[in-house]
Amino acid sequence: MMLRVDHVPDEVELENPARRELIKRGGLVVAFMALGGGSRVWGYADHGPVPAGAPEFAPNAFIRVGRDGSVQLVMPSIEMGQGAYTGQATLLAEELDVGLDQITVEHAPPNRKLYANPLLGEQATGGSTTIRYCWKTLRDAGAAARYMLVTAAAQRWKVDAGQCTASRGVVTHTASGRSLPYGELVDAAWNVPPPDKAPLKDPKDFQLIGKPLRRVDTPGKVDGSLPFGIDIRVPGMKVATVQASPTFGGKLASVDDARALSIPGVLKVVKLDNAVAVIGEHFWAAKKGLEALVITWDRGANGAFTTEQLFKDMANASEHGTPIVAREVGNVGNVKGKVIAATYQLPMLAHATMEPLNTTVHVRPDACEIWVGTQVPARCVDVAVKVTGLPAERIQVHNQYMGGGFGRRLFEDSVEQAVAIAKQVDYPVKVIWTREEDIAQDRYRPAYYDRIAATVDDKGRPQAWTDRTTGASVMAVFAPPGMGKNGLDPDLVECAAEIPYEVPNLRVEWVRHDMPAGVPVGWWRGVGPVHNVFVVESFIDELAHAAGKDPAAYRRDLLGEHPRAHAVLDLALEKSGWGKAALGARQGRGIALAAPFGSYLCVVVDVAVSPQGEVSLLRAVAAVDCGTVVNPNTVEAQVQGGLVFGWSAALYSGITLKNGAVEQRNFNDYRVLRLNQTPPIEVHLVPSQESPGGIGETGTVMAMPALTNAIFAATGVRLRTLPIDVTALVQNKDALKAAVTEATPASPHVSVTPGQLGRLA
Amino acid sequence: MIVLSINGQDTQADVPDDMPLLWVLRDVLGLNGTKFGCGMAQCGACTVHLDGQAIRSCVLPVAGAVGKKITTIEGIGDTDIGKRVQQAWLGIEVAQCGYCQTGQIMSAVALLAQKPSPTDADIDAAMSGNLCRCGTYVRIRAAIKQAATGQATLPQTIA
Repeated sequence: MMLRVDHVPDEVELENPARRELIKRGGLVVAFMALGGGSRVWGYADHGPVPAGAPEFAPNAFIRVGRDGSVQLVMPSIEMGQGAYTGQATLLAEELDVGLDQITVEHAPPNRKLYANPLLGEQATGGSTTIRYCWKTLRDAGAAARYMLVTAAAQRWKVDAGQCTASRGVVTHTASGRSLPYGELVDAAWNVPPPDKAPLKDPKDFQLIGKPLRRVDTPGKVDGSLPFGIDIRVPGMKVATVQASPTFGGKLASVDDARALSIPGVLKVVKLDNAVAVIGEHFWAAKKGLEALVITWDRGANGAFTTEQLFKDMANASEHGTPIVAREVGNVGNVKGKVIAATYQLPMLAHATMEPLNTTVHVRPDACEIWVGTQVPARCVDVAVKVTGLPAERIQVHNQYMGGGFGRRLFEDSVEQAVAIAKQVDYPVKVIWTREEDIAQDRYRPAYYDRIAATVDDKGRPQAWTDRTTGASVMAVFAPPGMGKNGLDPDLVECAAEIPYEVPNLRVEWVRHDMPAGVPVGWWRGVGPVHNVFVVESFIDELAHAAGKDPAAYRRDLLGEHPRAHAVLDLALEKSGWGKAALGARQGRGIALAAPFGSYLCVVVDVAVSPQGEVSLLRAVAAVDCGTVVNPNTVEAQVQGGLVFGWSAALYSGITLKNGAVEQRNFNDYRVLRLNQTPPIEVHLVPSQESPGGIGETGTVMAMPALTNAIFAATGVRLRTLPIDVTALVQNKDALKAAVTEATPASPHVSVTPGQLGRLA
Repeated sequence: MIVLSINGQDTQADVPDDMPLLWVLRDVLGLNGTKFGCGMAQCGACTVHLDGQAIRSCVLPVAGAVGKKITTIEGIGDTDIGKRVQQAWLGIEVAQCGYCQTGQIMSAVALLAQKPSPTDADIDAAMSGNLCRCGTYVRIRAAIKQAATGQATLPQTIA
């Protein structure tokens, strides 16, 4: 049946190219642009040179060359594992003509003027934007610095700068053979007027860009010396842990702390409006203290809320709510024919970064100092101003390496809470959340309820396509000005409004259904595309099978003029051996194709499904065109890791609510993929001269539909609800029992895992 | 006051007997390379060696480590296998955020100490207790094989 549509869109609104552009850029980008006033030019005027006479040459906010020849590069983005520091250092070093082995990198301080991401209009790292926003500007910054150093050397030698070259931090006058290291040119370079624009290298001359160079941050990550936020130790520091109201929107009613305060090492119990913290000499004392508290919560309005209720409400909203049309092409109502329709449901998700949230804060009467790994350093200043009442210039934030971000550290709630705790004592406090608190107090990827339908012609090709998504807006919480004039949150339809397939009539729309007040939502790796590509690529697969076509050939037929999409599709098919070797019983090969974050990917996944429904990943092949590649090592790592992150969510992860609180507690019930469950993953790059696309979130986006399409190929079961319910995949419920009976007497000493039993049966 | 043998040195600590070794290392002794991830032996970020065996220090009361040789990531590079594993980790470029990697390395060293030429099944068994949210597992497996054989056994796009 066709979706019923109540809202007639404003045609002018739909045709507005600016709005269409916003949809294409993606929700997270739009969110920040709205905050920052759009894509202002990231000019040299903003780079804030250090005054002449300083002991170093600092022509802009990113480069510091010392008299000793040391080169420090200040990183405008943050490093949470995605390789941003290596990528950004590569762009600077390439044009500065120094090696990555000759530089050190530094976290940028909070300073929107100097370090805002122009694509986001905020000092923020997210939306797979890092290389996209700094691809040209950081090379410009490096080239300007090199120009000034080379000119300084030429002036000293009284030769034409054009006769001088620079390499690995040394300027050479080729004709005379004279050379000077950068360190000896620091003072002279200050006197060279900065160029309006220094020429950039021809890509064929790149020494660093495009090469699989070693990351700049890994040595300290293999010997344990690299400090993360949680490793901060400052003199006089104590350690706290905290519990907020388990029920969202609840408040602290009362707390009996007598027993906690008697525990050796417990120093103080701090009460907040909706949480209670215990400060101790060390984390163990704080944790024991917290466990010893007798806390009474005022559960608030959500005390009875459940996930079942949420999905019931969303289904109702999808049926009866008022949709906002994001894109309309042709007239879907005029198309007659066979209708194929499906409903997809996606769960709330937590981030579960390996490093639990933590913040170290010292609040003094006249200043506040914060050590934290954050994706939004300037917003941390804002919340500290709010809590302490101090002026922004009295707040210092020292950003740190992050043990994973995935969007969680785009939210500064834990920083605000830590400042509120530290404000009640006069010593520095490191507040560490337990894993249980991390799972229970996340900013959750919202749940979605999506109804999608196609009217197909006699060849099974969609002539009309309707996609109605229902769910909460993250943007409305995170950046309200980012909402469209008609109330559209572009994140909800990213990679749904624009699909790579040619469909003559299309309508994509969103029914807003926010979570109850107090249930927090947030950005999660893959943002809008991770939701929509699952639905679109699952449904395209459904249409292919309904048409009796090979899913890859079906996609190719619908692609039209998308040469980059064709190229990744062809490469993935070739490398995976699509359609060549036959797979075994209950094994299947699935495909997904999409263009998220300005890149093109096609992923092929092979799975085996045991008679008991256990899913084993056998192999994955990814073909990637992310435009010009700065570091293929990083691209491969991000696609591999992104796939694992997505499979974890599809197979195991889901946050459920009962009595208004999260039911999951730790990695035992918020499961993620382990090494023994991870298949070989090949990543093949399509050579490209296009501008760089995003990469950090792309693997996660592709993982889920490629997996469920493979499971369909193996079992004939179409999974439209995540996480995967393996009971739907059981072929023979007695198989496990039979295998145990058979295996046990013959080999009593052999330890057999359920997975092996599945293969035995 | 208890005495712990950590990375070949006797170290005194005035801590309660039931305090997990993890927090003695981190909050009392300042050895921060061992990480907190879950507090219930589910993630392996806190892995250290006790007499050469990989254990989860977040659930081991410190009293249980007295009289045994504790090795942490800060000391593992002093062993031949530890050095080889760390070099393989760098060579294969395993780490992304890096938070879990010290625990991964400790589990990998314990594996190679017992099985110098581990099979894939050996690697599965030894490493499945160490979570990595960045999903570096493919490279972890490759790095263990490189540490064992001196050669990268996995075709890498970057090679």
